[in-house]
Amino acid sequence: MPKLTINNIPVEVPEGTTILAASRQAGVKIPTLCYVEGLKAIGACRVCVVELEGARNLVASCSMPVAEGMKVLTNSRRVREARRAVVELLLSEHNGECQTCDRNEDCELQALAAELGIREISYSGERTRKRIDSSTPALMRDSGKCIKCRRCVSVCMETQNVGALFPQNRGFETVIGPAFNHDLNTVACVQCGQCAAVCPVGAITERDQIEEVWKALDKPDNHVIVQTAPAIRAALGECFGYAPGTLVTGKMVAALRRLGFRAVFDTNFAADLTILEEGTELLTRLKAALTGNGSHGAEDAKSLAAAGAAAHEDHAAPLPMFTSCSPGWIKFMEYYHPDMLANLSTCKSPQQMFGAIAKTYYAAKLNKKPEQIVVVSIMPCTAKKFECQRPEMDISGTRDVDIVLTTRELGKMIRAAGIDFQSLPDEEMDAPLGLSSGAADIFANTGGVMEAALRTAYEIVTGRELPAENLHVAPIEGLAGVKEASLKVEKVKPEWKFLEGATLNVAVAHGLSNAQRVIGAIRSGEKQYHFIEVMTCPGGCIGGGGQPRYTNNDVRQDRINAIYREDEGKKLRKSHDNPDVAKLYEEFLGRPLGEKSHELLHTKYTPRDRV
Amino acid sequence: MQVSADQAKCCGCEEATEEQLLLQLDDVLKEYADLPGALIPVLQIAQAMFGYLPEPALKKIALALNKPYSEVAGVVGFYSFFTTVPRGKHLVRVCLGTACYVRGGKQVLAALKDALRIEVGETSSDRLFSLDVGRCFGACGLAPVIMIDDDVHQRVKPAQLAKILDQYRDNHAAGNGNGGSDE
Ligand code: SF4
Ligand code: SF4
Ligand code: SF4
Ligand code: FES
Repeated sequence: MPKLTINNIPVEVPEGTTILAASRQAGVKIPTLCYVEGLKAIGACRVCVVELEGARNLVASCSMPVAEGMKVLTNSRRVREARRAVVELLLSEHNGECQTCDRNEDCELQALAAELGIREISYSGERTRKRIDSSTPALMRDSGKCIKCRRCVSVCMETQNVGALFPQNRGFETVIGPAFNHDLNTVACVQCGQCAAVCPVGAITERDQIEEVWKALDKPDNHVIVQTAPAIRAALGECFGYAPGTLVTGKMVAALRRLGFRAVFDTNFAADLTILEEGTELLTRLKAALTGNGSHGAEDAKSLAAAGAAAHEDHAAPLPMFTSCSPGWIKFMEYYHPDMLANLSTCKSPQQMFGAIAKTYYAAKLNKKPEQIVVVSIMPCTAKKFECQRPEMDISGTRDVDIVLTTRELGKMIRAAGIDFQSLPDEEMDAPLGLSSGAADIFANTGGVMEAALRTAYEIVTGRELPAENLHVAPIEGLAGVKEASLKVEKVKPEWKFLEGATLNVAVAHGLSNAQRVIGAIRSGEKQYHFIEVMTCPGGCIGGGGQPRYTNNDVRQDRINAIYREDEGKKLRKSHDNPDVAKLYEEFLGRPLGEKSHELLHTKYTPRDRV
Repeated sequence: MQVSADQAKCCGCEEATEEQLLLQLDDVLKEYADLPGALIPVLQIAQAMFGYLPEPALKKIALALNKPYSEVAGVVGFYSFFTTVPRGKHLVRVCLGTACYVRGGKQVLAALKDALRIEVGETSSDRLFSLDVGRCFGACGLAPVIMIDDDVHQRVKPAQLAKILDQYRDNHAAGNGNGGSDE
């Protein structure tokens, strides 16, 4: 292990550690701009330069590994001046006004200028050309504010395996954007917003729809209701100074009520509903594969692997089945794997199930027409803004979900309303679409949908509770990119006889490049799974593109821990125990996968051209 | 990696349509699909084939090499060698230097746009002419001046343009673009 000193502090770190990482370990902070934790350091911005004793040139600490005997200075006059020069140059080209910028107060460029004590800019030159791209439902891009750090390029390419953004042209003319600097809707962007999540400045943000919500609330004839996704409660607090991982469910409900929503409902309710539909769908697909109750039955009914392979050719309902809650993932499949769309569960996402139920079942209870109800969603996700505008999402006769706000937008709205969030009381969700189980809570994080589905499917098949400690399936928890588990199904109920002794293989992936890896392994025949959960964003929804910035792995883990606490704190832990969901079936839907469910809660996908 | 323009010249069939060229591009792409670092060589070959990089070719390349379209476009934009605008057989440049401008250069340009049905920077649909503007070709005494390839045409009047252009159309078959100075 190389020994070195950083500002005369001795440090010993493993070979290959960067100077930046070693400094953090020594408690020395070095500013960075282009560097993103977990992604390849590209050394483009040179904000992180440090001085090495005896070396002529300053080096970029984010990409330079330590060496034995190095003497690093992070705060010499030379270093300070070089950093200032870099940031002053960026500021001299920067074409934006902080006072009216979406990022005012959480802008990294602003913070860096303050940190370096920059009070005037000694360069003057041409400003970056401003071009606003508002072509997509989810995102806004402002090239004038872009500092060309390329974080978005790296995340879109490495984390999401999409590559919608890339430097175009060269020199001062360089623009970071889609092919030929056309609008984002001309390339295969999945609208996940991870680019907006890592952008240090206001160059990529969600489309701001706060005003649309105010307008809806202003109209007295509107019945405006709100649903909140599972991941909001573990992150919204960060907008108000709480530490990451603080649960603010009760205060969130109170704040929404004070904003004027007629009813505060829970996407979690629809998550429980999703589990009943999706769990039943999985069992149906397994049955078709195992009993030959499809066009290609397996010869050896005991072999789930053979069944999977056979069912893959059965276009009606092939295995493996992928989850379908995450709209970025759906769009990814539509672009990149249109031949596997039949492998996606036909279940709508919880957001869209909620909309469909709110504007039919709930509307009828109120004696209202669907058009009189406005459904607002609070989502951790930018892709949900895209999803609610998909043409087929109007089964109620109008848009099933009208407006989607991100967690960040809700934070802004609460502040604009002058609500003192910290001093709010804890309040409860409204009935009949507000009650949910712990299984619904964990939809917020990677592995959660799978665990929730297993809690229900296993019990349906065996009549016994999932044999896992505290109902947690340990191998699929945590932040590893691809996780796997196998579950042996024994002593089944008579009607599920065909599953006796079978082993169910499941996989969980988060971040689309990990999903791509899983698909690669399936296509090559290296892996056989029956059920796969995919969430578009790293960590799952808690790490979504609409969550408070800045989300790194520590923050992800804190939010995940909070979600499991919420789950464990509930008496109801399993979706099929949710009495209000049971009532919904009784009064309205009939049974899972029944005719009414099929019409309202299931959907079809659209192959799309990648270029 | 070596790039040969030969690969692009299939059988000397200079008049291959863009559709035919796209089919030929498929063959090239088959060879390069699995080679690392193939993007730039393939772009060079494609440009040699088409004379420029048309959008359908770039999209094919992105798909075949499994590269994001934005990356392909980024590489094309980075190297000034690559162009996405087709070039005509003949480059027509209109001088808009002060002398030419005041003595009718603007009208000549307008007439050329009309005659060729293109804007500055574009290429006529028969791919014979591209239109551009310049700043002084050093013949101010004989303004207005236009240049077609290396030929200078002086004291041009809009009414003469059709005749001048026709010389290049006629000569095209002979593969000889020399219209000469006609003063
Ligand atoms: S991006 Fe940052 S520095 Fe630029 S205008 Fe917005 S807040 Fe100000
Ligand atoms: S939204 Fe996602 S896919 Fe689209 S550009 Fe941003 S990171 Fe890439
Ligand atoms: S859009 Fe944002 S993340 Fe992307 S290069 Fe510009 S400043 Fe960096
Ligand atoms: S953070 Fe090191 S060069 Fe940008």
